[in-house]
Amino acid sequence: MTTATLSRWNRFRESFLWYSFKRDKVAIASFIVLLLMVFAAVFAPLFAPTNPYDLAQIDIMNSELPPVGMSGADPAFPLGTDAQGRDMLSTILYGTRVSLLIGFGAVVLQAVLGILFGLLAGYMGGKVDSILMRIADVQLSFSTLMVAIIVGAVFKASFGNLMFGEIAIYMLIFIIGVAEWPQIARTVRASVLAEKKKEYVDAAKVMGFRTNRIMFRHILPNTLSPIFVIATVQIANAIISEAALSFLGLGMPETQPSLGSLIKSGFDYIQSGSWWITLIPGLVLVVLVLVINLLGDWLRDVMNPRLYKG
Amino acid sequence: MLAFLVQRISQAVLVMFVISVIAFAIQDGLGDPLQEMVGMSVSMEEREALREELGLNDSMVVQYLRFAGKAIQGDLGNSYFYGKPTLTVIAEHLPATLELVIGASLIIMLLSVPIGVYAAIRPQAWLAKFFMGVSTVGISIPVFLTAIVLIQIYSIGITVEWFPVDSGWGQWLNGALSTDGGMPSYGRGDDLKHLFGTWNSGFFSELGLMHLVLPCVSLASIMLPLFIRLIRAEMMEVLQSDYIRYARAKGLSSARINFLHALKNTMLPVITVGGVQVGVMVAYTILTETVFQWPGVGLMFLEAITRSDIPLIVAYLMVVGLIFVITNTLVDLVYGLVNPTVKLTGKKA
Repeated sequence: MTTATLSRWNRFRESFLWYSFKRDKVAIASFIVLLLMVFAAVFAPLFAPTNPYDLAQIDIMNSELPPVGMSGADPAFPLGTDAQGRDMLSTILYGTRVSLLIGFGAVVLQAVLGILFGLLAGYMGGKVDSILMRIADVQLSFSTLMVAIIVGAVFKASFGNLMFGEIAIYMLIFIIGVAEWPQIARTVRASVLAEKKKEYVDAAKVMGFRTNRIMFRHILPNTLSPIFVIATVQIANAIISEAALSFLGLGMPETQPSLGSLIKSGFDYIQSGSWWITLIPGLVLVVLVLVINLLGDWLRDVMNPRLYKG
Repeated sequence: MLAFLVQRISQAVLVMFVISVIAFAIQDGLGDPLQEMVGMSVSMEEREALREELGLNDSMVVQYLRFAGKAIQGDLGNSYFYGKPTLTVIAEHLPATLELVIGASLIIMLLSVPIGVYAAIRPQAWLAKFFMGVSTVGISIPVFLTAIVLIQIYSIGITVEWFPVDSGWGQWLNGALSTDGGMPSYGRGDDLKHLFGTWNSGFFSELGLMHLVLPCVSLASIMLPLFIRLIRAEMMEVLQSDYIRYARAKGLSSARINFLHALKNTMLPVITVGGVQVGVMVAYTILTETVFQWPGVGLMFLEAITRSDIPLIVAYLMVVGLIFVITNTLVDLVYGLVNPTVKLTGKKA
């Protein structure tokens, strides 16, 4: 057991992935920042000075205090407070957690749908392929954000505000996951088309394995690296989509804010000069999305064999 | 060519059919039209009679056919809120959105081509690296955040107190950040010139143009990085190809090679992506219009959602769907015309 893990660790240390990671300062910096943000968000209840979900800890008298460094600031609230008197630092930590949760959840759903439909389309070919890819084309031509906005609008209209607020996290994961599956499905299909011509697939067929087994046990593992690349970028996209939906009022309610709904609630007060309610969560959102995108760019450069050779 | 044309148009009709079915399902699934029309005091028998008269007891297929028949004749029902035909409401709001899109597209075209070409020709220059860095950051900033920051800086102004206000740094920073009374950040202004029909334009007055600046810049900011990266990537690939090397060997001037021979083939994929991006742009107009309270169709759609104005939601879906289908079909056709290597019939390679 020990030798197995050790050799796996050694294999990783000798891999091209680790080698290029060590030499890429941008990738290392992005990874560290992302790690810190994920850590702070996951353990938000430990780090946050107050619990923004707990109404007993909020005092309306503390509303719209500026961050430390400006006149009128209270050192108890390092990043100031919002219009309801909630500590901005705590709300941002909890909000990042919600945004990350929805981002990861939506990408897991996308990956499940995308891998399933992509494998089917690529391996089966023919009618299945053309129908699935037509649907993907049409959905993509409408832009995933548009699809998400429409589905969100319909859900909100049919569930009503209160009901929608309660199940908003699951709704958003569902909406973004369903709206963006074509991205992953296309990538999977393209690599399946390349893989299924190879000899090991023929060998597996000759040995009489069932189609399911060939698709999931033989072809799928060989298509994982492009899936990995696109999934990274998709997390960033999902977080942006979630923020956009929340900003339009089709996402997380203000009582359980994500970064997007924090920005929205701050925007209502921007004319009164309380810029920090909007711009600080906005900055956190941008940094989060930027580091994920930079890591995605780096992964794509490393894992794309065409670029690697060229 | 004719087969290609027929194939694409029949596909467009099929997509439009699916959109209309979805729109019909939404209309049917959300709310009961009877409740909107009659009060509490109406008895069950009267309700049933009215239901029969309105045709709500017919089968779904019959109801759908009636809906589609009316839609083809340009009748998508009346908006609950405006009390007018939904298509009239959309026609009144559409020019504002179109002007926003036109303004943003102008900015994108004027900036992305020179920057993208420059970054492709001199990939190692520090200015090119700077542009690429900025566009990577730009892709990560959501459009509504750009809009809010623009409003904060150019419309409200920021006073920073991190440095003493009297010191050199403080004065410089606050001078750079504060533009009091600056750019308008709300609506389209009062000085609109009537063009034709429902089109009142903000392009022909100073006030109207001032109102267009911030929304157009915001909308352009999200698409610009995408186009710069695309043009750069395509151009770099074209510059590697044999015919460019041949042109160099022949001794043509580099300006002629870059701007005549290479740019022509670079723009091909850009047309396709550009066409597809129209769809993305429509989604972003909803966000931009919300921030700037821009009275276009995006804001109208969002207000229709909050007011549960179902006929207007459905009409918006149909109109936007039609716009997408038409642009995508046109882009396909244009691409098929200009690029002879596209197989006109049969499956894509």
